[in-house]
Amino acid sequence: MAGVNAIKKKTRLSNSNLLFLIAAIIFVLMYLFAIIMYPGSFLQFQTFFDLFNLNAPLIIMTLGLCIVMIGGGIDISIGAVCGLVTMACAFFLESGRGSIWGAILIALGIGIVFGIGQGYLIAYLEIQPFIITLSGLFMAQGLLTTLHKDPINVTMPDFVKLRDFEIVINWLGTRNRLGVFIPCEIKPGTIIVVILLVILASLMKWSRFGRNVYAVGGNAHSANMLGINVKRTMFITYVISGLTAGIAGFVYIMTTGAGNVGNAAGAEMKAIASAIIGGTLLNGGVGNLLGAPIGTLTLLVINELIRAAGVQSNFQAMVSGLLLYFFIVLQSIIMSLRDKREFTLALPPWLRLSRKAQGEALQHR
Amino acid sequence: MGRLMKRFSHLFLPLSVMVLLIIINLVKGADYFRITMVNGAFYGNIPNIFFGASELVILSIGMTLVTAASRGQDISIGESATITSAVFVQYVLQANEVTLLTILVAFLLSSVVGLALGAFNGTLVSIFKVQPMVASLILFTGGRSIAFMIDGKLSPILANDLSNKIGTVIPGIPIQTPIILTVVFIALTAVLFKTTNLRLYVEAVGINPNAARLNGINPKKVIFLTFLIMGFCSAVAGFIAVNKAGRHDSVNLLKLIMMDAILAVAIGGNSLNGGKFSITGSIIGAYTIEMLNRTLLRLEIEPAMIKVFKAVFIIILMVVASPVVRASITKVVDKIRPASVQREGSVPLPIANRVGKKEE
Repeated sequence: MAGVNAIKKKTRLSNSNLLFLIAAIIFVLMYLFAIIMYPGSFLQFQTFFDLFNLNAPLIIMTLGLCIVMIGGGIDISIGAVCGLVTMACAFFLESGRGSIWGAILIALGIGIVFGIGQGYLIAYLEIQPFIITLSGLFMAQGLLTTLHKDPINVTMPDFVKLRDFEIVINWLGTRNRLGVFIPCEIKPGTIIVVILLVILASLMKWSRFGRNVYAVGGNAHSANMLGINVKRTMFITYVISGLTAGIAGFVYIMTTGAGNVGNAAGAEMKAIASAIIGGTLLNGGVGNLLGAPIGTLTLLVINELIRAAGVQSNFQAMVSGLLLYFFIVLQSIIMSLRDKREFTLALPPWLRLSRKAQGEALQHR
Repeated sequence: MGRLMKRFSHLFLPLSVMVLLIIINLVKGADYFRITMVNGAFYGNIPNIFFGASELVILSIGMTLVTAASRGQDISIGESATITSAVFVQYVLQANEVTLLTILVAFLLSSVVGLALGAFNGTLVSIFKVQPMVASLILFTGGRSIAFMIDGKLSPILANDLSNKIGTVIPGIPIQTPIILTVVFIALTAVLFKTTNLRLYVEAVGINPNAARLNGINPKKVIFLTFLIMGFCSAVAGFIAVNKAGRHDSVNLLKLIMMDAILAVAIGGNSLNGGKFSITGSIIGAYTIEMLNRTLLRLEIEPAMIKVFKAVFIIILMVVASPVVRASITKVVDKIRPASVQREGSVPLPIANRVGKKEE
């Protein structure tokens, strides 16, 4: 993970990787803490896989959002687009002439249409991304309620088969209280998450497009002078984000099996929070796609912990806010210490320790 | 005339939108401007717009400042307003007798809470250098739960005579009270900007914080101050909203209003990336949004479709206002114009000014 600027061997960690590292360490510590506190539930492999199984759509959306954020934009329409896709797919599947491939096409189509529309308006007409994606959010919500207001439970046999399809790992599992061995189950959504993560992360890390996105997010003017097609790069980031929102919508309906007005409502804020915890900066130019699932998982583990602690549901939001505060301040302090390092010749000893810890963490990876 | 045009060219977008909306409304029914007198107060389409937009206007004033100075948006304004109004309601409810003094003390208390919330966000943004949207995400996540905790139950009812008067009409005055409060607030803002250097400082910090610092302006202080003002704005907005509603619903009070407030700032011709700003534009933008909402209701569009129409309208608006489209329109106009005018027009004028000229 030496980063893009791996010219010399003893190169400094790039900001993207440092923030990612912080996120990863925090996640591991968090999970260890959870295991120590509640060994009964968090030691089970199923608990870990369920984080993926149930929240695959959120992770997929966060992946797309991360790319947009690295490119210096923001996309807040993803949650609503995901909801629209679930409803459209449910509507199509229940119409009697539906097929699963058709539903997949619909999901991808809606996502791409939103992505292309928003991308064109933002990149080529230079309109502020927040406004355009906000109207995208309104548009998707409006279309969702226009399409159908009541929840649709999909009963198509083929689809039910797909919904209930699980990959069972026989050699991994736990015994329940009665001593019956229950093998681990993985939903197809998890596989899609992994595939998308590999594709998108390698796209961002090794392809020309990925480097262009980092350059555009870092400084659009300099990127333009370097001969990068800034507009097209930005356009493609929004298309990818729309596409991931579409895929997330299909995964969502594959998990829940129903189209509902409230599907994925407010997911955009969760996705933004996850992306930030995962080490992507809203300014653009800094971020690591591997941080997206880690950010989401951190947020989810927090929620699971609060639920396991049996705290009143009202505290949940407050505690997650507090932990968000903790992460944000921690990130900011580490970044500012890092900036100062160039100016101070003699480091205070405790800072040196932290650097050593970072080095160790690097070796572990 | 030219100087006047230049000075008000940034208001071209919100004003033209407003004119367009008025035309649509007049086409729908000629009685759009009719004002009726009910129980000694004015009612009708226009007063209702002013009444309905009062919180949004106040919040968008604060949002303009935050946007201009910190180059980002505060998304926790609705939550801040919910918390401050919860404090307000609790103070009023514990009082034996609700007098003007009680309301005043409760309002001051809620303002202090608002300032504290603003300071919380401001500290994160100015000292810890967190992006505003990220910093306010914290309050956005936990704010409503805190308000619920202060309330202690689902929705305490604010049933007293004075609150009712503040929320609706004071007998003898023909204008609804929230409108008066909004006007007073706008006037106070105007006085603030006339008497202090705040505008210059905020714009300097927004355009380039480092340059501002070299010129002796402390960007941290200025950004912190804008967040304090934002906190106060949300306290006032919460005060008006809770008195209007008559009960404190911690789940739905001013929900998702930050979207509208940011939209108001953008429609007002302000850049969301900081720098120069126009409070007037934001205020007109806020009224425009309320007008748009009510127009869509008046056109009897199906409730499910309203959001789609709103989205399409905003997109068209932003496309028309986008610099690229403006530049290409100017090019086309220059081609059509006779050569003599073209020579005059070839002097590089600001784009907005040229578009303004086209309208003459």
